[in-house]
Amino acid sequence: MSASDNPFYTALALILGMDSDLIDIVVLSLQVSLVAVLIASALALPVGAALALWRFPGRNGLIVVLNALMGLPPVVAGLCVYLLLSRAGPLGSFGLLFTPSAMVIAQVILVFPIIAALTRQQVEALQHEYAEQLRSLGLTQLRMMPTLLWDARFGLLTVILAGFGRASAEVGAVMIVGGNIDGVTRVMTTSIVLETSKGDLPLALGLGIVLLTLVTLINALAHAVSEAAKRRLG
Amino acid sequence: MNAPLTTSSFTSQADVPALHFQQASFTHRGHALLVPTTLTLSGCQRTLIMGPNGAGKSLFMRLAHGLLRPSSGHVSWEGAPPVQAMVFQRPVLLRRSVIDNLIYALAVKRVPRRERKALAWQALEKFGLAALAKRPARVLSGGEQQRLTLARAWLLTPSVLFLDEPTSALDPAAIKAVEDAVNEFHQSGTRIVMTTHDLHQAKRLADDVLFMYGGQVLEHTSAERFFDTPTSSQARAFIRGELVW
Amino acid sequence: MKTTTTLITASVCTTALAWSASPLADDDFITLASTTSTENSGLFDAIIPTFTEATGIDVRVVAVGTGQAFEIGRRGDADSLLVHDTAGEEQFVADGYATERLDVMYNDFVIVGPSDDPAGISDSESVADAFARIAESGSPFASRGDDSGTNRAELRLWEDAGVTPQGDWYRELGSGMGPTLNTAAGMDAYTFTDRATWVAFDNPQNLTLLFEGDEALFNQYGSLLLSEERHPHLKHDLAAQWHQWLVSEEGQQAIADFEVGGQQLFFPNAK
Repeated sequence: MSASDNPFYTALALILGMDSDLIDIVVLSLQVSLVAVLIASALALPVGAALALWRFPGRNGLIVVLNALMGLPPVVAGLCVYLLLSRAGPLGSFGLLFTPSAMVIAQVILVFPIIAALTRQQVEALQHEYAEQLRSLGLTQLRMMPTLLWDARFGLLTVILAGFGRASAEVGAVMIVGGNIDGVTRVMTTSIVLETSKGDLPLALGLGIVLLTLVTLINALAHAVSEAAKRRLG
Repeated sequence: MNAPLTTSSFTSQADVPALHFQQASFTHRGHALLVPTTLTLSGCQRTLIMGPNGAGKSLFMRLAHGLLRPSSGHVSWEGAPPVQAMVFQRPVLLRRSVIDNLIYALAVKRVPRRERKALAWQALEKFGLAALAKRPARVLSGGEQQRLTLARAWLLTPSVLFLDEPTSALDPAAIKAVEDAVNEFHQSGTRIVMTTHDLHQAKRLADDVLFMYGGQVLEHTSAERFFDTPTSSQARAFIRGELVW
Repeated sequence: MKTTTTLITASVCTTALAWSASPLADDDFITLASTTSTENSGLFDAIIPTFTEATGIDVRVVAVGTGQAFEIGRRGDADSLLVHDTAGEEQFVADGYATERLDVMYNDFVIVGPSDDPAGISDSESVADAFARIAESGSPFASRGDDSGTNRAELRLWEDAGVTPQGDWYRELGSGMGPTLNTAAGMDAYTFTDRATWVAFDNPQNLTLLFEGDEALFNQYGSLLLSEERHPHLKHDLAAQWHQWLVSEEGQQAIADFEVGGQQLFFPNAK
């Protein structure tokens, strides 16, 4: 493999070159996935905790569905969101199709089940440990939610990172609802698809390495923050 | 500035309402874990519940404290239910610092935010935990953790304190610290309801004794009478150290 | 813990602010549904800046298969269409989704295949002959199989050759042109492609251009002006400017000027 064909060199050249197009793509990728994870977490953490704490008819069915949706194919989620946001669809008048907002919506749908299902599992485990003592202290189920969520924070950080991993890795959804428009909705994963379809495999692979490096850095940062917090607070 | 917790913060001895069990029973999956039981716990004594494993002591406590509802019959307080606290065999503490665990309890009690820290420090001093204030609560030793749960209970100013085998996992020094704390509570006017399978502990602490066996309360009498002249054969065997199951 | 919370809140706010200030707030753009062949070749990167300079209108290209482009047009999700399926385009107008269809440019299809040419098509007399030879030899052939303009053209040519393409040698991939070329290169198979995508393609491996030039390989691109009646919300004025510019002297020149590796890939032929 010549130097220009070696994907690692390509990746390095991409990073050092600080090509403005690449920077735009990287920034957009991070924005879309991070915002999607934030929104999904804000919704899914309380839903997961509520599912852990309350018993109601249909609860088991809901848990099964949520677990199953963890495996929702991104392209299916993308298609559903496309049909919703298309002008011919129910939410068409918002004009959200082919914008980063549509991509965020699709990724929220993908990430929500992961965070909700795994939060439920974590909170349920904690509940077994804490429930009696917390009830003894006079807490209602509702007031237990923030306490348990905060106490589960280290485990939940991993859950949120799993959601972020899913969001930043997927291409099926963002491709359909974003349209891979140059300079507007092109992200790292759709760029990789594009370069592959043009046959520029080293560049595609180089972009893949850049993406992986980015995600690894974010995970490393999260790990460092969590370790520091653990040492300080337990 | 902040009113320190004094004994007058606790209900006075006469004010602890009586707890009535009226034909209260507990069944789980067809097994009678507590047969219909009728008794009253009144006054401000230290009641020790004794019996072999599986006798139903913990179950009785949970029914008394309100963590469980009886399958039939009633468990009720005479008048308004008093403030209660419970300490468990294995201390349950949050993933926070020692002092934050106490502040949390005060927040649950809706104590004004400004007062929480000072009150928490008082409790830490009282229970000898001041030096550990900023440590993660979960890295404390078993004895220290149990003292912390007692400090937390203290901040709730309970009229009744339930303790479920609080010292069975502790070394002798820690056991003494817990027993001293229990007596402190009692002297402040808190009724004590405590389970144990340690005969000597019971002899040290009990004002009256509830002896249980096989889901049934076989004896409910003063400590003196129980240890001198137990009426049931199981109790006699238990006191002799023979009855384990 | 307080510092971490502050940090996180700060970054979230910054992101949100940056977002709202992004060019999305700008309204002077149209959404153009076009095909992957035009996008992958780099044509749009070359001609759109010229258009934007002249009119101040940005063109956002959504590059999909021809079938999907028509669907996007039917649903009103794009302001304009530029595809290469004349029959489909005329039907689109007949169905009332567009008011006008104009010829813009053409190029041609070619057949590429393994350099040793096992089916011996390089000296075929016609494309029908070439296809017949491939079928006879049973050499692997990778078809897009995705109902795209290219695919429909390919199927018409099989018909002309009097061959029903089926069997182990005929592999329908259901993919765009680029992925089909990648797969063909990996399989060392023949495939039917437009010249623009082929010339711009970077991973030919053992594939080489084996047959070209037959009249039947003519590939016409057309621009569609969408109907205001059907979808009143679209940016018809801006789209009309684009539509007109493509067939104007300036637009046609820009198309002719576009070259890859010294080769002109698209030939303007507006009437």
